[in-house]
Amino acid sequence: MDFNAAELIPVLPEIFILVLASTVLLVDLYLRDDQRGLNHGITLVGLLIGIGLILALGGGERQIVLSGSFVRDPMSDTLNAIILLVAFLAFAYSKDYLRDRNMLVGEYYVLGLFAVLGMMIMVSANTFLVAYLGLELLALSLYPMVAFDRDSKAGAEAAMKYFVLGALGSGMLLYGISMVYGGTGALDFPTVAASVADQGLDNKVLVFGLAFVVIGVAFKFGAVPFHMWVPDTYQGAPTSVVLFLSSAPKIAAFALAIRLMVDGLGGLHADWQGMLIILAVLSMGLGNLVAIAQTNLKRMLAYSTISHVGFIFLGLIAGTAQGYAAAMFYAIVYALMAAGAFGVLLLLSRKGFEAENLDDLKGLNERDSWYAAMMALLMFSMAGVPPTVGFMAKLLVLEAVVRVDLVWLAVVAVAFSIIGAFYYLRVIKLMYFDKPTTLEPITVGAGARVALSVNGLAMLVLGLFPAGLLGICQAAFA
Amino acid sequence: MIALSDFLILGGLLFSIAVAGIFLNRKNVIILLMCIELMLLAVNMNFVAFSHFLQDTAGQIYVFFILTVAAAEAAIGLAILVVLFRSRQTINVQDLDTLKG
Repeated sequence: MDFNAAELIPVLPEIFILVLASTVLLVDLYLRDDQRGLNHGITLVGLLIGIGLILALGGGERQIVLSGSFVRDPMSDTLNAIILLVAFLAFAYSKDYLRDRNMLVGEYYVLGLFAVLGMMIMVSANTFLVAYLGLELLALSLYPMVAFDRDSKAGAEAAMKYFVLGALGSGMLLYGISMVYGGTGALDFPTVAASVADQGLDNKVLVFGLAFVVIGVAFKFGAVPFHMWVPDTYQGAPTSVVLFLSSAPKIAAFALAIRLMVDGLGGLHADWQGMLIILAVLSMGLGNLVAIAQTNLKRMLAYSTISHVGFIFLGLIAGTAQGYAAAMFYAIVYALMAAGAFGVLLLLSRKGFEAENLDDLKGLNERDSWYAAMMALLMFSMAGVPPTVGFMAKLLVLEAVVRVDLVWLAVVAVAFSIIGAFYYLRVIKLMYFDKPTTLEPITVGAGARVALSVNGLAMLVLGLFPAGLLGICQAAFA
Repeated sequence: MIALSDFLILGGLLFSIAVAGIFLNRKNVIILLMCIELMLLAVNMNFVAFSHFLQDTAGQIYVFFILTVAAAEAAIGLAILVVLFRSRQTINVQDLDTLKG
């Protein structure tokens, strides 16, 4: 087998992130404690360069390189760039929080960058093996991040639960992959797809494997009934880590679902459609109903994540190019919303104080009206109130399911999203109509303030002018 | 001659034991880690059996990667276990109840 160096060009963004992570690891060795901020700088600049690389190298036809194990197509360009962007936001928000808790160390950035690398590999995988390795690189970087605050009892417990259930999910996925391998005799998606199209639904081994693959993907998404890890992990982990793990990995999970279930097992759509309908209805229902009962804001947002996952599934259920594009749009928008919402929580936290209960948001308008406005935009967007982008995202996935004659599913989704609006609007009520419990001013660095403003206003701008992002998503499935 | 289905049944049994172990075990976190290992080994059994009967080496290569990942996973699991024990002086599953859920 010849090796052609030109084959490495589409892989350059991934290689660059690997070099970046290794650089941070090495540089950190030679830094004094008061110089740790340098890691932060290198990481942020590196992520921007990574986005530049993707934009420079991306575009054009689908390329499959490295003996068919790596694919670069319009979808991977878009999702990789967005993952880097969301990771950039996540790191930008968390600097002050980490410094106040003595967590501003190189390891945090190294683990984060390796997680980013894992997500990029998942997005660009063209075989089951590469998808699995990317997934594990992501998961194995996230487990220690959840336990990053070593003195926190809740953090260690959250990490243990996340680890056990995450490993269970990976095991389910692997078992499914082994069955698919047995049914088709191949591990790369094009060959598997051809073999599936050949055998159709007659092969029971394939359908059996598919069920496990769907369960594995549902675990990684955190869809009901495989959601047990989500609320506990969100509540126990440091807020900066929750910000990281609730945003970009959802995009990666979406890419995993597309690669495995559409690129690989697309011929079995009729089978996995039914499974996803159950998961979607349960996720939207349980997520929205249980979120109402939460007093812990991180836990509430965890259940809100679960319900959003149900909406992302709606686009996949449709099984049309338009549906996939809508799901992709939703996943991207959700990642940005989650980054912003947890970003506000991070900025409200101070040394020795964690903003994590609903009461901590009371009277935010009187303390800082700009943050309150940003948080209000993010909450409106999560609830799906026009003209924010959350409304467009919900509209698109609903349109996709209506087009395939699943009107009842759209009705159920709308009903649950109305129930969901209650707890998002409650946050806004607390911010604007309740008296603050403290009048301590909010002190944050200029960088985080700018990033949060861009993040919040993006909800409004993307909602008013969704055509650009939507066009990119549709181009990915054209 | 052992048939493919025999290997698959054994793999399925090991997998079920592992999953049941994770959900039924109420005592010790280390047993959870052992169950996770067993689950991955059950998958390896499937891959090797398919690989042999399909006359295709890709499955065996997959097994090498799974073994490597399993080792990394065990290392991280045990590291989290150490953190957990340091903060609570116990690794009893039933004591992991600070976070309701």
